[in-house]
Amino acid sequence: MIPTSWYLVVSVLMLACGLIGLLVRRNFITVLMSVELILNAANLNFVAFARQLGDLTGQVFPVFVITIAAAEAAIGLGIIVQLARMKGTVALDTVREMRG
Amino acid sequence: MDFLVAHFAQVVFLFLATVCLAGAAGVVALRQPVHAALSLLASFLGVAGLFVLAHGEFLAAVQVLVYAGGVMVLFLFVIMFVNVRTAGKEAQYLRPLVPLAVLGGLLFAALALAAVWALSQRPVGDPSAFVSVAGEHLGNTEAVGWILYRDYLLPFEVVSVLLLVAMVGAIVLGRKPKEGEAA
Repeated sequence: MIPTSWYLVVSVLMLACGLIGLLVRRNFITVLMSVELILNAANLNFVAFARQLGDLTGQVFPVFVITIAAAEAAIGLGIIVQLARMKGTVALDTVREMRG
Repeated sequence: MDFLVAHFAQVVFLFLATVCLAGAAGVVALRQPVHAALSLLASFLGVAGLFVLAHGEFLAAVQVLVYAGGVMVLFLFVIMFVNVRTAGKEAQYLRPLVPLAVLGGLLFAALALAAVWALSQRPVGDPSAFVSVAGEHLGNTEAVGWILYRDYLLPFEVVSVLLLVAMVGAIVLGRKPKEGEAA
């Protein structure tokens, strides 16, 4: 039997990876990938606790999370395409138009 | 050998967890966006395997179809489209943030691991709840659908509107601006 804490450890480490990637990567596309990692870690937690509690609701919410992740990826990648068209690069430190 | 047979689930779990975490680390560390995307794909597939181990067969299928199939293809398309093959020396990290981010990530992980440590070893729930509808044994997909359409119908509809909005937004963002129109 696999303890629930094993799932939580994997989830935490994945979330930490996503967090670090979100903060330090310079490429916009890899930053979006880090966000996907964070959402996946959240899903893993949902499923682990559904298993712990024997409650199926924890397997329904990841469906919503996956939907939101797909929407976020579509919009984010649309922004990236526009950014590449305007500036010819997707490096985040070259984008400073909205800095006051 | 006896150990492997006796602890088969644990061995599979550790393998999948290694795939997940190696993929996640690759997303942060690899230089080329294409390599990072393929690393992310490995991570997604590992998570799908972990879902199967936790009696989430339907979610594992959704994970493979939507993430590994849809989102990954979208990422790879955009990587090819904007063609950001990194030159040898170009910086891949926002330098001033690296130590802070690593410190923050590790602190968060330590805190969360401490919380996990504090979690007592409670018995795992009855897995038959994941495959039965109103006491009748049907399957994981039917059971998830039952909850989704009976208890969470309104959020389901709201999410479908969200998807529509995202689709329209992506189309508007992705098209070429007309002559004389600001992008």
